[in-house]
Amino acid sequence: MSIAAETRRIPPFGGFSPTFYALELKRMLRNKRSMIFTLIAPSVFFLLFGSDASYRTERVGHGNTTAYIMVSMAVYGAMIATTAGGAMVATERALGWSRQLRLTPLKPVAYVGIKVLVAMTMGAAAIVAVFVVGNLRGADLPFGRLILCGVIGWGCTLVFAAFGLFMGYLLPSENVMQLLGPSLALLALAGGLFTPLDNFSQGFQDFAKFTPAYGVGVLSRAPFGSDGNVSLAVLNIAVWTAIFVGGAAWRMSKDTQRV
Amino acid sequence: MNSSTPAVSIDGVVKRFGPVTAVDGLSLQIQPGEVVAFLGPNGAGKTTTVDMILGLSQPSEGSVQIFGGDPRRAVALGRVAAVMQTGGLLKDFTVRETVELTASLFRPSRPVDEVLDRAGILDIGDRMVGKASGGQQQRLRFALALLSDPDLLILDEPTTGMDVQGRRDFWAAIRSDAARGRTTVFATHYLEEADAYADRIVLVRKGKIVADGTAAEIKALSAGRTVRATWHAPDTDAIAKVEGVDSIDVRGESVLIHGSDSDAIARYLLNHTTACDLEITSRNLEEAFVALTGDDALTPEGALA
Repeated sequence: MSIAAETRRIPPFGGFSPTFYALELKRMLRNKRSMIFTLIAPSVFFLLFGSDASYRTERVGHGNTTAYIMVSMAVYGAMIATTAGGAMVATERALGWSRQLRLTPLKPVAYVGIKVLVAMTMGAAAIVAVFVVGNLRGADLPFGRLILCGVIGWGCTLVFAAFGLFMGYLLPSENVMQLLGPSLALLALAGGLFTPLDNFSQGFQDFAKFTPAYGVGVLSRAPFGSDGNVSLAVLNIAVWTAIFVGGAAWRMSKDTQRV
Repeated sequence: MNSSTPAVSIDGVVKRFGPVTAVDGLSLQIQPGEVVAFLGPNGAGKTTTVDMILGLSQPSEGSVQIFGGDPRRAVALGRVAAVMQTGGLLKDFTVRETVELTASLFRPSRPVDEVLDRAGILDIGDRMVGKASGGQQQRLRFALALLSDPDLLILDEPTTGMDVQGRRDFWAAIRSDAARGRTTVFATHYLEEADAYADRIVLVRKGKIVADGTAAEIKALSAGRTVRATWHAPDTDAIAKVEGVDSIDVRGESVLIHGSDSDAIARYLLNHTTACDLEITSRNLEEAFVALTGDDALTPEGALA
């Protein structure tokens, strides 16, 4: 044939490339459902829970309550976006696309890397969308702290990208998000993203500290300077990240053996 | 490329899935430039064998080598490509995007427009895969397989879902590449496809090769006749030595002997044995295929090998 065997190469980075990332992102942006859940739903929740006029004058550390709810809803949006991004592997496995990709040099690690990058991009978009709406509706927090909230919240939702991947490999379903969506709402509730945990019984508060959204919630709101156990939150995120990444890696290795 | 290295070398391969043996001691060598049909009924072990050639599954016993090396490495380098029955496509990519994404993975890769054109889907490049017909999706899989300009192309039931014109175009493209030296292996259960497009036909049944030869040889096999006789205590070893005998089937007191020279069989039976009530019938290509690959077919020992 026209290509000599000696000139054939394996692609760098296991097949990870800007072209691949751009095509995957384009596909994600075309998906109306994921756009609604990522860009519109969190902002709508913010408007429902956070537009009370009294919140604008109520102070929480360095900001007002409006800003506090804005950050919580942005993190919730990023949770959904990153989980959905990770869980796309379920759809792609169900459709047999991962089998088609096994006929190419693409390495499983590079594939997962692209999924996580797309998921994190969508997570960032969710945060920016809520922050824009929040600032139009009177959220008040010094700019530097606002940015810090966004960056920390965004970085911490990596744990949910790993969660989505793990579930995506665990549940061989095309509609895995129908199951994960309600679970995320419960996790967000336990993480204190919908309403401060002080509103719950002591027993629930103690339990909540062990759920995966708790650490993300506490850390992303730390720039307000409000109370909250930061070292416990860091530990919470570290442990859950280890569990989800380990789980995803375990299921992934099973998957590549079988397919 | 070392011309003595076979494109595909399968050596004593067994593949078990729990208690089921899908491939049962299969050995096969395919030389560069051959166009080979892997012919057999559904469940004969064709797809399982194709999976092992591509390194998608590992044999329970035996070994598979592609161009003298590891199948996964050959896939990664684009030396071997495949159109699979089961390979899924993403509905929310366009046809062109699917090809662009796959092209980004191969070094080097043929231009996207070229493979779309060769697969006959250049005009529907902007269509969503989910909106493409089954035949168009199959052409898209074919386009993806052409990207790396593979030395070996594996096709598993490649024309499933294609219309008559689609099949014709597809095989024309395959034949022109084969003429330029591309080794092609296709699994099919269509006798006519194997007959029309393969230089060599490998018949498989229950994970074993029951016949392996050129299309002409397979045809000669099917052009033979069956001699039925009533024969108490048949001496199958002796009759197997008669020239041209390729299968013997003992059913109670009846013996069915198939061979290319029915006269010699009949003469032997009447002159040298107690067999009586002879009937001689011919069977067509379809019947030969069924006989060789069907459930009650004779073990492969006597078949053309």
